Amino acid sequence: MPYLGSEETLKELKRALSNPSIQADRLRYRNVVLRVIRLMTQGLDVSPLFMEMVKASASVDMVQKKLLYLYMCTYAPLKPDLALLAINTLRKDCADSNPMVRGLALRNMCNLRMPGITEYIQQPVLAGLRDKASYVRRVAVLGCAKMQNLQPEAEIDGAVVNELYGLLRDPDPVVMVNCLRALEEMLKAEGGVVINKPIAHHLLNRLKELDSWGQSDTLTFLLRYEPRDEAELFDILNLLDGHLQSSHGAVATATLRLFLRLAAAHPAVQADALSRAQGPLLAMCASASRELRFAALCHVRRLLRSVATQYAAHYKRFFCSYSEPGYIRLCKMDILVELVNDENVALVLEELRAYCTDVLPELAQAAIFAIGRIGQMYSERCLGILVSLLGLRQEHITSAVLQTFRDLVWLCPQCTTAVCRAVASLEDSIQDSEGKQALIWLLGAHGDKISSAPYVLEDYIDSLKAELSSLVKLELLTATVRLFLSRPAETQDMMGRLLHYCIEEEGDMCVRDRALLYYSLLLCGVEDIRRILGGPTTDASLGVIAGHSEEPVDSWAPHFNTLELLLARGCVHMLAGRLPAPPSDGPHSSLSLSLEPALSPESFERHWLELDVSHVGPVTCPWPHCLPEALQAALQLVQIQVLAFSRPQSLPWKAYLYSHGDGTLILAEVLRDSTQGADHLQLTMKQVPRDKHVLQGFVAVLKSALQALSRDTS
Amino acid sequence: MISQVFILSSKGDHLIYKDFRGEAKSDVVNVFYQMVTDLPADQPPVLMTHEGLHFIHVRQGGLYCVATTTANVSPFTIIEFLNRLTALIKDYCGSLSEKSVRMNFALIYEMLDEMLDYGYIQTTSTDILKNFIQTEAVSSKPFSLFDLRSVGLFGAETQQSKVAPSAAASRPIMSSRGDQEGKNEIFVDVVECLTVVIGSNGVLMKADIQGEIRVKCYLPSCSEMRIGLNEELSIGKSQLRGYGAAVRIDECSFHQAVRLDEFESYRILKICPSQGEQTVMQYQLCDDLPSAPPFRLFPTVERDSGDRLLIYLKMRCDLPPKSVVPSDFTTNLVLACILKPTTSLSQELSSPDQSAELQPSCKVIQWEIPRFPGGAQLSALFKVEVPGLSAASLLEVGPVCMSFELPKHTCTGLQIRFLRLSPAQPGPSQRWVRYLTHSDSYTIRI
Repeated sequence: MPYLGSEETLKELKRALSNPSIQADRLRYRNVVLRVIRLMTQGLDVSPLFMEMVKASASVDMVQKKLLYLYMCTYAPLKPDLALLAINTLRKDCADSNPMVRGLALRNMCNLRMPGITEYIQQPVLAGLRDKASYVRRVAVLGCAKMQNLQPEAEIDGAVVNELYGLLRDPDPVVMVNCLRALEEMLKAEGGVVINKPIAHHLLNRLKELDSWGQSDTLTFLLRYEPRDEAELFDILNLLDGHLQSSHGAVATATLRLFLRLAAAHPAVQADALSRAQGPLLAMCASASRELRFAALCHVRRLLRSVATQYAAHYKRFFCSYSEPGYIRLCKMDILVELVNDENVALVLEELRAYCTDVLPELAQAAIFAIGRIGQMYSERCLGILVSLLGLRQEHITSAVLQTFRDLVWLCPQCTTAVCRAVASLEDSIQDSEGKQALIWLLGAHGDKISSAPYVLEDYIDSLKAELSSLVKLELLTATVRLFLSRPAETQDMMGRLLHYCIEEEGDMCVRDRALLYYSLLLCGVEDIRRILGGPTTDASLGVIAGHSEEPVDSWAPHFNTLELLLARGCVHMLAGRLPAPPSDGPHSSLSLSLEPALSPESFERHWLELDVSHVGPVTCPWPHCLPEALQAALQLVQIQVLAFSRPQSLPWKAYLYSHGDGTLILAEVLRDSTQGADHLQLTMKQVPRDKHVLQGFVAVLKSALQALSRDTS
Repeated sequence: MISQVFILSSKGDHLIYKDFRGEAKSDVVNVFYQMVTDLPADQPPVLMTHEGLHFIHVRQGGLYCVATTTANVSPFTIIEFLNRLTALIKDYCGSLSEKSVRMNFALIYEMLDEMLDYGYIQTTSTDILKNFIQTEAVSSKPFSLFDLRSVGLFGAETQQSKVAPSAAASRPIMSSRGDQEGKNEIFVDVVECLTVVIGSNGVLMKADIQGEIRVKCYLPSCSEMRIGLNEELSIGKSQLRGYGAAVRIDECSFHQAVRLDEFESYRILKICPSQGEQTVMQYQLCDDLPSAPPFRLFPTVERDSGDRLLIYLKMRCDLPPKSVVPSDFTTNLVLACILKPTTSLSQELSSPDQSAELQPSCKVIQWEIPRFPGGAQLSALFKVEVPGLSAASLLEVGPVCMSFELPKHTCTGLQIRFLRLSPAQPGPSQRWVRYLTHSDSYTIRI
């Protein structure tokens, strides 16, 4: 009960610490100190005991000394004046004949984070650099970095830096690595430690002496070395070769990263390194430590975007097992989708099918989405599985299947008939709003092929009062009006009721405005509304979900073996640092674009179909020859979102963008058509509400971003 | 570089906290605990970020071992370091649990102080650390009747005393009392993790063995040890050695310190083991097992009159009779997520010492089997009331997941031929070789 009556406890400890009879008994004294440290760990503030604890540090007992140093380092920032009392003891210990005592004292003296300590530690640290015991030198080297950190505004002592560079040749390997680490921190402002040719080769030759931690750190430092010529490059790669298959995962991955970096100009060498590092990565994917397993899986998932074929033979390693936690299974399913080929598709689908009835709904849904993604290539097999899943009549399964259907119909028009048949025989109701939206969209877009469509929609309209999600209501409005176009007789009556309810009784302004819009459109006549709403219901050239192009290795190699890959965000964040910011002057400087509120692909499509063209014209700027993902990232920096784009090599190439500016929503289509010359870009824009000034600003922003990007890639 | 290291109990109590760089305050410990307990089930907990501070943790023995960092470092380094830290705690304190960490917190602080300086890893080798660590480990060994089993009548050696007691390898490596007990022991364990998926038609869909040879050494002075493996061991798909049934593995990797000069011709590993536990060799075998998987299942799932589900399971153990007795044998029959069983389960099991229960929350019937000798056949009949049972949902029952341990058995057939210490140890020393097959995941679809 340390938190209750802590005052009492502190008083009691204070008494005990200053009790001479306890002080005389080594074991009892140590036990009291132990109690203090225990309370400190539990989060209790035991700093009032500082005075007594400083006295206790004069003990000869090593264990007690270590505990007291821990105490002092924790509370020194709070009690700097009292901590100065301990300095004398520490300085005396720094001159002890036992290197262990010297090292311990020096390390902890440097750990006292308080102002004014530097003047006391400078001399012992410098002496420590020349100590004959390597243990003390290790501590002293890092002490230099700590000292610098304590007074960041102070000028860097050139002599110390030189001494540290000299200590790279120290016989003790840990001293060498510590020198690198210390120099890196001290010279942060100048770009870190300099790795020139002699240093690089020295490090490479000593790599074998280091333990695995030192190796992986050194390999990371070597990333900044640029070999002079090809011969040197291949010498280095030869030296590194053995480490590529190290049994320590950290070393193997650090080596691979260095390989990819050094051989950036030699794709064949990169591919070879990737295939040889497969062993350690696969071993980690099956490691007993689930955290290590997860980290390795995240890396493999990223690798697969460039070298899917290499891992295809090992697809069985990525089957999930019963005992694994959900996040590992989700990661494995992602990988399985990437590994599918003609030979293994049957087995992979059978495996994924088994996960669809998992007890955890999230996993079951993820498995269904995975089958849907495979369905973009193997639509017939997958449709069979998905349709059979509907027979289970489980809410979460049905909802996921419908969402998958919506994507499939959009991307693979040949599935439409089968999907419509399955939807038509759907009997049970769906509760979650994602599933409802998918079903309503399907009914609206393909209502002519689903005989029961009007009756299902009517059920939703009748229970509209109980509906909570406004997204579902918006979807319902669009779907009903669309269905009215194809089956007017059955739909007219209920559409009237729906519009009446939404205009008269609905509380959500978005829904009400949408209903008013449709109402006025209907007043304009059926032909007009058909022209606006009756756009395409499928478009295979849109790559919203299917971004299956192979990425170059360099797009992820700089982030290999870093935390970035575990965060599993898109490539957007990685590119952010590399692209130049657009010039801030110019005509658009007054315009502020924004990505918020975000637009979903479906609502973009709706807007696109509903709105009239506000501006069409060519864009006069060179086409940046970069990946669509890079374009997406670049435009995101200037607050323009690329929602969808065609596959990289296809022509004509299209991309759809949107942004918000000064209260208007701007939608744009960029079309690159080979018939008009390879660099010709045609821009079609739609805006609501109209504002010519904003539109011009948007074009300027887009143009300057494209120019910056083409400069960067050429 | 690591900013802080802390260890929390599963209830969020602070057991160890050490700040190396002074970049963040100690209240992030509570932030971490809040984040990790609030995380949704499908979110990966390994890496979490709060205001520019990354938390990386491993979960072992019911404890959270956490490292924080502000830099974009190698995740493998941090995770491997945390795993090494837990292994060292196990070595020094005997076991890794809330209790052992609480009792030995001074020792762990001492260890952390030597392992990390300013957040940079200095050393994690037991040989170096043991020179610096002066706190003695406190181990709590609960009194157990099982320990007395090995003592025969009037101190005579019984048959059982030839088997190393299971607790023998879970004691601290450095203990002054250890000498009195005369334990100059070395344990060599061959541990294999078995992953098997058998399809509903009885065909083996996936089989995967991850094996390792672990050495746990209590010898105070290190000497060279030679571990002889099967001479006919072949590595890779193409290589074949020997005439009889060869023992085959796909890939293997070794500890840095292992010398392999006699491995190619005689399959001998040479190593100077340092105190504590280390993995000498790791290997794996995929897809073709040398023998049939140890357990087979013959299930029948039927729909009785109305809403009653009948599941008849017949299970056979294909291990040679009497040689191996699996322990901790549990069979989990997963009723599909779509069934909503009532809580009542009627059961007929083949022998009275077995037990079974239905866990409605995770929709599992758990069947515990205390004894399952080789060659034997067991059966069970379960009747579950499932309201609204449909014919389609009948097909979704399963899979069956078994978990077990097979002592004295390796599925690859890898054996240790001999274990020699040279020069011979002064005084009595004991060498133990143990084999264990552990089911990582043994799944049979119905």
